[in-house]
Amino acid sequence: MSPYVMLLYLLSAVMFIVGLKKLSSPATARNGNRIAAIGMLLAIVATLVFGQIMSWTGIIAAMITGSLIGGLFAKKVKMTDMPQMVALLNGFGGGASALVAAAEFLRYLNEGSSVPVNVGISIQLSVLIGAVTFSGSLIAFGKLQELVTGRAVTYPFQKTVNALLLLTMLFLMVTLVLNPDQSNLFYAMVGLSLLLGVLSVVPIGGADMPVVISLLNSYSGLAAAMTGFVINNHGLIISGALVGASGIILTNIMCKGMNRSLANVLFGAFGSTSSAGAVGPGASGSGDQVAKQVSVEDAATMLAFARNVIVVPGYGLAVAQAQHDVREMAELIEAKGGTVKYAIHPVAGRMPGHMNVLLAEANVPYDLLRDMDEINPEFERCDVALVIGANDVVNPDARSNTSSPLYGMPILDVDKAQHVIVMKRSMNPGFAGVENPLFFNDNTSMLFGSAKDSVMKLVSEIKDL
Amino acid sequence: MIEELVVLLVIFVLAMFIGFEVITKVPPTLHTPLMSGSNAISGIAIIGAILVSRTGDSTIPTVLGFVAVAFAMINVVGGFMVTDRMLEMFKRKPEERK
Repeated sequence: MSPYVMLLYLLSAVMFIVGLKKLSSPATARNGNRIAAIGMLLAIVATLVFGQIMSWTGIIAAMITGSLIGGLFAKKVKMTDMPQMVALLNGFGGGASALVAAAEFLRYLNEGSSVPVNVGISIQLSVLIGAVTFSGSLIAFGKLQELVTGRAVTYPFQKTVNALLLLTMLFLMVTLVLNPDQSNLFYAMVGLSLLLGVLSVVPIGGADMPVVISLLNSYSGLAAAMTGFVINNHGLIISGALVGASGIILTNIMCKGMNRSLANVLFGAFGSTSSAGAVGPGASGSGDQVAKQVSVEDAATMLAFARNVIVVPGYGLAVAQAQHDVREMAELIEAKGGTVKYAIHPVAGRMPGHMNVLLAEANVPYDLLRDMDEINPEFERCDVALVIGANDVVNPDARSNTSSPLYGMPILDVDKAQHVIVMKRSMNPGFAGVENPLFFNDNTSMLFGSAKDSVMKLVSEIKDL
Repeated sequence: MIEELVVLLVIFVLAMFIGFEVITKVPPTLHTPLMSGSNAISGIAIIGAILVSRTGDSTIPTVLGFVAVAFAMINVVGGFMVTDRMLEMFKRKPEERK
């Protein structure tokens, strides 16, 4: 590859970095994404022009096919389905990297030339990470799309099976690096990598998918970087490393938001049949406590005359598709002189930042969306906190009750607000099966019913006031 | 051979650090677009895919390369387009203070 082309790749890597930097504010983000896209275009065109392409038909046909499929996905996908979309894209990215490494390996074998050790190591790692990303992402997609059971699937000797699998693969990799001329072993290696991807995602419950998608995001970057090692290309290494870093940071944020270690998410099988069926010790003890109910009329009056309202949206809100109605309600409250902000917990949606996108889609201005750390001190000064379809992320036990399974999880301090209105279908405990003492507080009132229905009723009540 | 590997490793490690620095500054509000956008960037594997299939013959490596080109292109086009679609929705509150 000529040094000039390498310079062009460097330029596109710089454009990726600048593009990501511009993602630091919603005001510049769209431009940043365009800069990154132009960087990609530059890299592709440079490769096509200087890559000594001997035959165009196949490459152009593949590019058009990929563009059409990708474009169709991007246009059609619903914002609630964004986690699936990202999982699928992760999979294709990882798959592409693995395929390139595999093709490179087979080309060495076809030409009968020996594979240098450094290239051999890179090829094996690239195939391993890429294939795991590919099959793991497809399973994650299946779980999110509910094609595969969302439950954590466990089977006996799971850890032993995985350990044996890893050992076998390690052995195969070392053998193939030292003695590459064995295509059968290589195919076995590819097969086992795909199997590993499936086996590592299958035992993870649906609620932990945000962590898994973030991790697979990181893998897809690392796979691209490894491919860069294989074909000795700086552009791939830099870009892949950027994505790898991004995925690691997001994985970390998601784990912190759920108060779980990565190891616990990956191997803990949280939300499997056995643990979801278990009821926390607090549940039976607090059975005699009664939660206060509030009528739609009273709730509407409280909201209409409140000066500071904080809405706490949970995924239940998105499932009910009530975002637009919430925005309409917020505008009514603002018209009456109040302010409305939105408190977004890191794991409010099904992937990092998901809830923000869903609210942005409903035309909620982004300057009203607040992170947990930013909004928590404001609850004390808030007249009404309106919790819609959220449960565990507002459970005060996480702060104070050391025996609670949620203990230590960062939460939104809604209980510090003057009044708390919790909109919920019923008193059923949330996903973790943990009782929420917030519901029994003196300053808490429950508004039962489906989120969309209740918010619509609130809107018409506030209008009439 | 080892020198080559070391140079590549240096680039990789430094790029990781740049990644950490740049991405910690992305606010949680934009984490979904960050994921889809960075995803599109990992489609840079397209370069490798094009190079590995440049002979255009019908050997297995080349055919794998074609599939890789299509996969990477799905990633690139889908990733950037969906990110743009999302970022378009992020709007400030209109200034209408009296």
